[in-house]
Amino acid sequence: MNNLWGDSLSSFWSAWIIVITLGTIALSVWILFANRRTDKTPDADGNVETTGHPADGIEEYDNALPQWWFKLFVLTVIFALGYLVFYPGLGNYAGILGWSQESQWEKEVADAEERFTPIFAQYQETPIPELARDAEAMRVAERVYLNNCAVCHGSNAQGGYGFPNLTDDDWLYGGEPENIMMTLNNGRNGLMPAWQQLGENNIENLTQYVLSMSDEEHDAERAASGESTFLAACAACHTPSGTGNIALGAPNLTDNVWLYLAPGQSVADSVRQTLRNGRNGHMPAQAAYIGEERVHLVAAYVYSLRFND
Amino acid sequence: MKHEIVEKNVGLLAVLILVAISFGGLAEVVPLFFQKQTTEPVEGLKPLTALELEGRDIYRREGCVGCHSQMVRPFRAETERYGHYNVAGEQVYEHNFLWGSKRTGPDLARVGGRYSDDWHRAHLYNPRDVVPESIMPAYPWLFKNTLDGESTPAKMRTLRQLGVPYNDEDIATATEDVRGTQEITALVAYLQQLGTVLEGTR
Repeated sequence: MNNLWGDSLSSFWSAWIIVITLGTIALSVWILFANRRTDKTPDADGNVETTGHPADGIEEYDNALPQWWFKLFVLTVIFALGYLVFYPGLGNYAGILGWSQESQWEKEVADAEERFTPIFAQYQETPIPELARDAEAMRVAERVYLNNCAVCHGSNAQGGYGFPNLTDDDWLYGGEPENIMMTLNNGRNGLMPAWQQLGENNIENLTQYVLSMSDEEHDAERAASGESTFLAACAACHTPSGTGNIALGAPNLTDNVWLYLAPGQSVADSVRQTLRNGRNGHMPAQAAYIGEERVHLVAAYVYSLRFND
Repeated sequence: MKHEIVEKNVGLLAVLILVAISFGGLAEVVPLFFQKQTTEPVEGLKPLTALELEGRDIYRREGCVGCHSQMVRPFRAETERYGHYNVAGEQVYEHNFLWGSKRTGPDLARVGGRYSDDWHRAHLYNPRDVVPESIMPAYPWLFKNTLDGESTPAKMRTLRQLGVPYNDEDIATATEDVRGTQEITALVAYLQQLGTVLEGTR
């Protein structure tokens, strides 16, 4: 990422800026001093000639600037010249302090790294189950979670419609430290194909069968006819017993946890919708955004949520 | 009494005012028109596709810029949260800029890829569905309205005149590319590409 701030100015444009900047200051100083004294002098009676602008009988004097104002103006000129000596302002001249936006940012980042690197390094070495018990580390981790994960999974980590709850024991891709790390580092793409081609009758039978697996209210007759279709079409991912497969992110259908249950929707309608249209779950990879050390820390945070019963 | 001449000639006064206020622009703005840093695109920068371009216009129409900036400044607090600070070469094809000046919501300069398409759709339909604390307005009509793409080629031709390298083929297929698409799809496509050109920026 070198040279994002671009090349320096050509000597023409550098000179252009210097001439205009210093010229403007010089012009201001000339105007200031040229108008320092009024050319009106009081006559014998102490009357002074005015500018001749009467307004409601009040006439305007043509006096010089008050002294305090004049001096403040001079001070601003001195400040400007001082600023231009110390800071970059005159074309390519960098200023004797050598300040730049980029170097200031780099210093801020370096200072922060110096301060935080040992802390994160220590967290990094701690295994996730142990780190999840470290109250101080979890306070830091909670901030990382809230800034990066809460928009989808909720500030209470209980997820929402289409976004998995992280506080329960139901894990699409497994809840062991290495599974969580894998999810955070590489992201996940869940794909449930649409099964419209099975026809509405089969979809209804399958729906009743899926409901029966979780002991939801169902039509026993239709559920029985759905079983063979389930074994043929669904068991490859969800397993014949319907308990799911964390290698594929195929959900467990027997635990009565429904990721795609829209607010106000019945479970049966949600299952029908899933079967007809399929589902796409996408968890973006986080390593590129928050870095390896914070991934480790936030994995421990997600792991720690199981202790909060 | 010399200033009387200026005060009593409005034309002269106007000219002198213009001269007086031009110095700042001449020194601070004009040199940028001739700087590679601001005129050359960063490597890999492509013009927005027809769909993303329509999304950008929806972003402008709905006034997103009023609450969301697209300007990550070079401060650690900002780069830590949003990613690498903006660089001029990323914005060469932007007409007009949508940098914004007010953050009621977060900066969006590098929001591309941060969240899933589904999240954006759910969030724009009703922000409270996914972020209960949110005060952002809901935009449900984006799901009802579809694009007809009638004016897309004209927009692209205008941008080409301003230096955005669209080719004839891009323009010829533009209407077809976007016709019938939901507005939400266009807006999400626009959001998902924001700030994704620079690599290694986190």
